[in-house]
Amino acid sequence: MEEKLTLFKNRKRFGIEKNIDIIFKNTALVLSSFVAIILLGIILVVFFQSFESFSRYGLKFLVTSEWNPVKDEYGAFTAIYGTLVTSFLSLLITIPLGVGTAIFITEDFVPKVFREIIGSFVELLAAIPSVVLGLWAIFVIEPFFRPFFVFLHNFFGWIPLFSTEPTGRNSLLAILILVVMLLPIVTSIARDSLNQVPKKLRNAAYGIGASRWKTIFSVILPAALSGIMAGVLLALGRAMGETMAVTMIIGNSNAFSWSLLSPGYTISSMLANQFGEADGSQVSSLFYAAFVLMILSLVVNIFAQWLVKKFSLKY
Amino acid sequence: MNSLYYQKRLSRNIGDKFFTSLSVICALIAILPLIFLVTYILIKGGSQITPELFTLEPNPPGDDLDAGGINPALIGTLIITTIASIIAIPVGVGGGIYLAEYSKGGAFSRFIRFGVNVLAGVPSIIAGVFIYALIVSTKILFGSMYSGLAGGMALSILMLPTVIKTTDEGLKLVPNELRYASLGVGASMYTTILKVTLPSAFRSIATGVVLGIARAAGETAPLIFTALFSYYYITGIGDLFYEMGSLAVLIYNFALEPYDAQNKLAWAASFILVLSILSVNIFSRILAAFTEKTKRV
Repeated sequence: MEEKLTLFKNRKRFGIEKNIDIIFKNTALVLSSFVAIILLGIILVVFFQSFESFSRYGLKFLVTSEWNPVKDEYGAFTAIYGTLVTSFLSLLITIPLGVGTAIFITEDFVPKVFREIIGSFVELLAAIPSVVLGLWAIFVIEPFFRPFFVFLHNFFGWIPLFSTEPTGRNSLLAILILVVMLLPIVTSIARDSLNQVPKKLRNAAYGIGASRWKTIFSVILPAALSGIMAGVLLALGRAMGETMAVTMIIGNSNAFSWSLLSPGYTISSMLANQFGEADGSQVSSLFYAAFVLMILSLVVNIFAQWLVKKFSLKY
Repeated sequence: MNSLYYQKRLSRNIGDKFFTSLSVICALIAILPLIFLVTYILIKGGSQITPELFTLEPNPPGDDLDAGGINPALIGTLIITTIASIIAIPVGVGGGIYLAEYSKGGAFSRFIRFGVNVLAGVPSIIAGVFIYALIVSTKILFGSMYSGLAGGMALSILMLPTVIKTTDEGLKLVPNELRYASLGVGASMYTTILKVTLPSAFRSIATGVVLGIARAAGETAPLIFTALFSYYYITGIGDLFYEMGSLAVLIYNFALEPYDAQNKLAWAASFILVLSILSVNIFSRILAAFTEKTKRV
C-alpha cells in the first residue's frame, strides 16, 4: 500500500491536475469519515434523547416492569428480559443446527453439487425480509405449532417456562422465527471457518487412526472454534436487534411472565409498537430502551470483532 | 485378519453413523424453512396477482371485500430505495476508495473499518429511531414530519456499511501492476482510480451494491416511524415530503389487520417482494460463479 502511494507522490504535478488530485483525496477522506460521524451521531442522539428518562428513573428503569403512560411510570424489565431470553434461547437451538449443517456442507458425505445447493439454499434464507417471515409466522407457523404447544403445556405445565395456556402469539414462536433468521448467519460463518482449517490437520488425525467424527470433534471443531464463536456472537447481536418478525409474532404484552407460552415483549418490538404514537416522557423512555438495546448489541459486536482479530491468524 | 475389514458393529463405526445421520438431519431441517416459505408464498401470494393489483390504491381496512391494489406501496418502495441508494452509494464508494487506495493502514483507517463493522451490527430499528430524532421530530426538512425522504435516509444508514465494505474489498483485489502501469503512462492518482482501478473492480462492487439494495428494499423497521404509510397515489415530486407507503410496511400493517382482504394483499405484496429479492440474489450468484470460471489472470 505504502509503496504504491510514494510512487504516485514522486511524480511532480502542476496546476489544475494537482489541485484536482488533492480535492479528490480529501473528498474520499470526508466521505469515509461519514461512517464515524453517523455512528457517533446515533450514540449521542439516542443518549441525549433518553437523558430525561435516565435522570428520572436511573438504573431502576432496568429492573422494574411498570409501563404506564397514564401514570408516567416506566420500566423496561419485561422488554429487556424478553430480548435476552428470546435471543439466547434461539441461539441455543441455532448453534447445534447451524454447526451441524456447516459440517454436512464441508464434509464429503454427498457429492459437491448437492452440498453447494444446500449451502446456497441456507444463504438465500438470509435474503428473505424479516417482515415476510413475520407474515409467514402469523398465518402458517402459529397454527401449525399450536397443538405442539398445547401438548407442551399439558405435560410440562408444572415447569414455569410452560405454565400458561397457549393462546396464539407467544415468545416461543418468536424464538422459532429467530432460529430461522439466525441459521444462515451461523451456518455460513461456521462453514467458512471449517473450510479454513488446514487439510494437513485432518490428514494427521486420519493417519493416527481417528475415525471421521473423532477427527471432527477433537481436531477440526476446536481449530475452527474461534471463527464459529465470532459467528455466534454476530448472530446474537442480530437476534437482539431483530424487530419485525419478532414484533409480529411475540404478542407484545408488557405483563411479565416466566412462561414462554405467554405473549412477551422485546426492546425492539416495544420500539416498533409504541414509537409512532408516543409523546411526552414516553418518548424519552423509549429512547432509553433504545439506548439499552444499542449498548447490548454494540458490546456483543465489538466483542465478536475482537475475537475475530485475536484468533483469526492462528493458521 | 478380520480387523482389516470394515466392521459395522464396532462402537466407533456406530458412533460415526449416528453423528453422520445427525448432521444430515440438521442440513434437512436447515433447508426446510426456505422451501416451505417460498412454496407458500408462491401459492398464496401468486393466486392474488391481478393486473388491478399494480394499478389501484389499497382500500382502508374494513369489512370491504375488495382490498384494492398496492400501486402506492410498490412505487414508494422504488422511490425510498432509490433515495437510499443516491445517498449511500456515493458516500460508500467514496469511503471505500479512501480505505483501499489512500489509507496507509494507520489508526484512522483502522477506526473507520472498525466503525463500518459496528455500524453493520447496529439494529435496523435504531437507524429508524435515530432518523426520527434527527429529522422527523425536528421537522428539519421544510417542516414536514414523516416523509419518504426521511425513510430513504434511514435506509441509507443500513446500506452504507455494505457499500463501503464491498468497494474496499473489490478495490483491494485489483492487482497493483495496473496502478503502476497507469502511473507509468503519466496518470495522476484520481485518473488512475476513476479510469483504471474502479472500472476493473466494477463487477464485484456492483454485485455487492445490488445485493445491498435488495436487502434494503425488504427492510421495514427503519420505515415504520420515518416514512410511515400512505394509502394514496404518489403523484409528484412534492409527495417526497409526505408520508409514503412501501411494500414492507404494507405487509406489516395488513398482516396485523383482522380482515381477510387485507391479509391477502399482504401475501400478494410478499410475493412481489420475495420474488424480486430472490431473483436479484440468484442472478448475482450465477453471475459471480460465471465470472469465477471465465476470470483471466
